[in-house]
Amino acid sequence: MTALIEIERLTKRFGAFTAVDDVTFSVAKGEVLGFLGPNGAGKSTTMRMLAGFMTPTSGTARICGEDVVDRPVPAKRHLGFLPEGAPTYPEMTVTGFLQFCGRARGFHGSALGDRVAHAMSLTQLEGVRLQPVETLSKGFKRRVGLAAALLHDPAVLVLDEPTDGLDPNQKHEVRNLIRAMAPNKAIVISTHILEEVAAVCTRAVVIARGRVVADATPAELAAKGPTMDAVFRALTLPEVEAA
Amino acid sequence: MGGMVTVFRRELAGYFATPVAYVFIVIFLVMAGALTFTLGNFFARGQADLQPFFTFVPWLFLFLVPALTMRLWAEERRLGTIELLLTLPLAQWEAVVGKFLAAWAFCAIALALTFPLVITVNLLGNPDNGVILTGYLGCLMVAGAFLAVGAAISALTKNQVIAFVLAVAACFFLTAAGSPVVTEFLSQRVPQLADIARSISITERLGGFTRGVISARDVVFFASFMAFFLFANTIAIDQRKAD
Repeated sequence: MTALIEIERLTKRFGAFTAVDDVTFSVAKGEVLGFLGPNGAGKSTTMRMLAGFMTPTSGTARICGEDVVDRPVPAKRHLGFLPEGAPTYPEMTVTGFLQFCGRARGFHGSALGDRVAHAMSLTQLEGVRLQPVETLSKGFKRRVGLAAALLHDPAVLVLDEPTDGLDPNQKHEVRNLIRAMAPNKAIVISTHILEEVAAVCTRAVVIARGRVVADATPAELAAKGPTMDAVFRALTLPEVEAA
Repeated sequence: MGGMVTVFRRELAGYFATPVAYVFIVIFLVMAGALTFTLGNFFARGQADLQPFFTFVPWLFLFLVPALTMRLWAEERRLGTIELLLTLPLAQWEAVVGKFLAAWAFCAIALALTFPLVITVNLLGNPDNGVILTGYLGCLMVAGAFLAVGAAISALTKNQVIAFVLAVAACFFLTAAGSPVVTEFLSQRVPQLADIARSISITERLGGFTRGVISARDVVFFASFMAFFLFANTIAIDQRKAD
């Protein structure tokens, strides 16, 4: 299996603060990697560097073999990225927004229409297609962001908290969607919801204070302690455990 | 190039999807008309030309153009959509130039809507329509210069008020540098600076266009001025995209 995402010794410093410290992992086709950690652990910073939005202080990130710093445009073609909070242009309609993302990815005419329609059907957005994004509920906004990330059927999906703000039914649908797409893609989802990891991920990387503290399957992780919660606390708060 | 066109289309449509376009155009037209006919003594001058109108355009653009540019990047940062825009497979200059051209096209639309003035002078007398055309071209150049400066300033902050105030100050500096108050003051005290002030003055350059003269020096000045600030804008976005 070839790795579609390769992250090597990735480090990001903001002044004296090291947000991401020497992170290395890779994700192969067919894998769904759960990127776990407490808030502020460096999950979003790592994903932003992988998406080519932040420039790493040191280390490299490659998507489908393309370095995100040296060859940003080819790397981004293979990437579907859902930023934290799923930002969208508020005044645009759902269709207008997805068409914009599609055009920026080089689709035109009927191919563009087909892509937009397909992405909307995957994320159940048909009912709100002509509504401005600002009038939508949080769950719908998140799905608009998700539709934009899926639009071009990318080989690599990087989703920052894809189920945040969704109700249990919507969470279930998004997880089914991720599972259905998994065989043909390399997917990274960040989350701090532990049940999600067990539900969709084939592998979990736990990050705390910018460092990788565990890289295992969800089953292996669960076997380390009485509950997933306890394992998570033990990994991310070692000083509390020791006290 | 395709990416630039996509950004251009989204931005230009964005102006008309919000009240921004209508407020801007109406205020511009009312002010331009009022100033031309009152302070400009349009009728009392007894000359069939648009000289008074062209004199006031830079002063109107001075605060209207920063109102357009303040949101260009600051708003993207505040909404987080910059993360979306810059992780699409487009080069950063495409996003910068696309946004700039959309704002410029918007200013061109506002200027074009002052056409009743042209009709008026043509009904009242026999103006030199070539001179009027070059005058409009000059106004468009001034708009482009102000937009380039304002957009570059907007790229440096996520606060729209700061972007607005700094852009007004920069445009005021460019406009007032050639006014008699400044040049006389400087030539009495620091004569070396008086020449510099005159040569960076937007009003001085516009004067040539409104007399019907398109000199290579002025065109090169405006083109290189815009190119420089667009380049600075691209650098600013690249360096500070995640801040």
